[in-house]
Amino acid sequence: MAHERETDHATGVETTGHEWDGIKELDNPLPRWWLWVWYATIAFSIAYWVAMPAWPGLHSYTKGLLNKSDRADVGKQLNALDAQRGQGAAMLRTASLEQIEKDPTLQTYAQQVGQSVFGDNCATCHGIGGTGSKGYPNLRDDVWLWGGKLEDIQYTITHGIRSGDQNARMSQMPAYGRDELLKPEQIDDLTEYVVKLSNRPADAGAVARAAPIFETQCSACHGLDGRGNQELGAPNLTDADWLYGADRASIRGQIYAGAGGVMPTWAGRLSPETIKALSVYIHANAGGQ
Amino acid sequence: MSAPTNTSAGPPAGSSVLLIISVVGAFLAILGAGLTHDPLFRLQAATLALAGVIAAFVLNGGLAGGTLRDHPDQYSDNVIKAGVIATMFWAAAGLLVGVIIAAQLAWPRIFYFPDLGFLNFGRLRPLHTSAVIFAFGGNALIATSFWVVQRTCKARLAGGITPWFVFWGYQLFIVMAATGYLMGATQGKEYAEPEWYTDLWLTIVWVAYLLVFLGTIWKRKEPHIYVANWFYLAFIVTIALLHLVNNASVPVGLLNHKSYGVMAGVQDALTQWWYGHNAVGFFLTAGFLAMMYYFVPKRVERPVYSYRLSIVHFWALIFIYIWAGPHHLHYTALPQWAQTLGMTFSIMLWMPSWGGMINGLMTLSGAWDKLRTDPVVRMMVVSIAFYGMSTFEGPVMSIRAVNALSHYTDWTIGHVHSGALGWVGFISFGAVYCLVPWLWKKPGLYSNKMVEWHFWIATTGILLYIAAMWVSGIMEGLMWREYTPQGFLAYSFIETVSAKHIENIIRTVGGLMYLAGALIMIVNLWKTISTPYAELADAPAAPATAIA
Repeated sequence: MAHERETDHATGVETTGHEWDGIKELDNPLPRWWLWVWYATIAFSIAYWVAMPAWPGLHSYTKGLLNKSDRADVGKQLNALDAQRGQGAAMLRTASLEQIEKDPTLQTYAQQVGQSVFGDNCATCHGIGGTGSKGYPNLRDDVWLWGGKLEDIQYTITHGIRSGDQNARMSQMPAYGRDELLKPEQIDDLTEYVVKLSNRPADAGAVARAAPIFETQCSACHGLDGRGNQELGAPNLTDADWLYGADRASIRGQIYAGAGGVMPTWAGRLSPETIKALSVYIHANAGGQ
Repeated sequence: MSAPTNTSAGPPAGSSVLLIISVVGAFLAILGAGLTHDPLFRLQAATLALAGVIAAFVLNGGLAGGTLRDHPDQYSDNVIKAGVIATMFWAAAGLLVGVIIAAQLAWPRIFYFPDLGFLNFGRLRPLHTSAVIFAFGGNALIATSFWVVQRTCKARLAGGITPWFVFWGYQLFIVMAATGYLMGATQGKEYAEPEWYTDLWLTIVWVAYLLVFLGTIWKRKEPHIYVANWFYLAFIVTIALLHLVNNASVPVGLLNHKSYGVMAGVQDALTQWWYGHNAVGFFLTAGFLAMMYYFVPKRVERPVYSYRLSIVHFWALIFIYIWAGPHHLHYTALPQWAQTLGMTFSIMLWMPSWGGMINGLMTLSGAWDKLRTDPVVRMMVVSIAFYGMSTFEGPVMSIRAVNALSHYTDWTIGHVHSGALGWVGFISFGAVYCLVPWLWKKPGLYSNKMVEWHFWIATTGILLYIAAMWVSGIMEGLMWREYTPQGFLAYSFIETVSAKHIENIIRTVGGLMYLAGALIMIVNLWKTISTPYAELADAPAAPATAIA
């Protein structure tokens, strides 16, 4: 245990005379630059406290000489944003959907609003480009479950599908297998029938057996020819577009369980003029009807 | 210094008491598991019961068979050996989980397991953070503090069997917390996720740890307390305080895993980030500075650069850090004056943090050549450099205008990892590379070449990781604030997520490289321990194990 101050040979600096497990300490002063930069940060902080809201008291806090307030700033920024959106929003409010689509200025504006709103609200399910995925319809093609006219799209967005809104679009495909409405072999036959409807090779015997079942069970919604009915959201079964999958297993699964997707109601969450803009955006970017 | 002797007394003090506590604890836990209607609580209580039963059997066997023996004239090094092994085990586990969740972010379709809910990102993320901070970092801190406090006080660890209780109790805390996260037991507070019963258990273990540490300092044979011990003590005391305040909660029932915090709203948020930031300050900074203050001068065999600097920066760090938490809540419901204080104290914290960097780096004066010849020294020096970089980046990010861009982005993740992988990881690896030959009485490591490989692979990994996070963080921050001329947001959230795909892949690769480095280290350490003394290369002899 050395308690004598000694001079370190490598640096020429004295030690403090302490030693622990062979570790000694040099008696170097605080680096000047270090001390001055620290003082500078303290000076900056004091200046900042003088200028800005800083120290709390019992009932209030020091407001600062610059009289800055985040709360007031946010209010100003929101007002500025409203003003920026205001002109276009007012035009959207009074114009009809058709007028918006025909007027190039309004159409451009609605497109930009629609794109932004779509990205924040719709893309989560329908995909960034609106191209959809299994169970979530593609909004960039010309296949429509509930109608592709401007008004149809506006209605769907406003009230949703099976959303609980009292004006929501409603329909329910029965779960033929799960609820034992049809026998498994009948479902197998129906699957072949549906495959045949979309012009693909299928088991002719099964198709023949399934024809009367399709007529009694399916045609009320999907139509005798299987071309669907947009009033009921019943898909066209003769095209190549399949919401829940085109292969036999997927089709059989849909007949068995009868899935029906849910889309929320957007009334109350988006303003009517925003929904108009969104409808025009979706209509213009799909093969709208 | 005398040679180790074999004089041995009876079992360590407190062994019988611990046996009784284990039996009673196991009994109560079995009772809890049987009586509860909460399946999650039942599993956690069963884990506790199993631990109690194992402890009781081991203690009883040791006491009856006479294998549990005290060596009052030797340093307590076996518990440190166990700590080093646990450190490296949890390092591998925690880093692996990190790589998995990085892969989940890079390839969400491939690494998504809808049928195995416990593998979801939301469950694995706290598992990763707790495993690396508390399991890896915590074990490294406990093990090194036990070594340092004994050597610098020339005193054996106080408390008889208590250090072993601290070690195993802490492992039990980790297992309880980790299995709880996977099942969904969480308080939902970042870095304070464990539920009330796990928190209570940690409190008991932590108080025991504090008593062991204080008791050892109390009976020291040195006139002064070494700087590393100030830092360890600050870490232990402050973590106890933070843990107790932030986890104050009321359980739904004594047989229910769920609890609700006593605070709500912005008070709860501020308390949480007072805790969260000081977990960084006192766990990840003060604790590892303690490690640096012992292992750097010891390894390079040079005196600490400046005693005065160590005093001034220690007290400045302690005083200022505790105020900095509100910078986690800029532009939120937290009053602006509190944000001001959080920001300015973070800026004033810059130089006190750098005091540690200066003292660490300048300790190499007169021994800079060791940077070339000793890869372990290089690892510790690079660790101090990362410490300097992240303690500069932190104050910059605390400035409100900068934070408006950086907050909630990957920039924060990059900042944390330059501190965690660079500073905390490398200084711990450096300390463990020193400790293993000392503890197992070997002339040196099995392979310095493997340390070189570890160093270069891991350093490259860190650089890939933080560079990728800077790019993706600033990019998504700019995308989030971009408006169209009509006054609408230009990008949807999901667009900013897909824009980061490449950076997420680079981050995964970086993390994988860091994990690979740690695995190389584990092999090297294993070979060091298992190879006989004579077959290892010539190196200076291990320090004495007996108390001089």
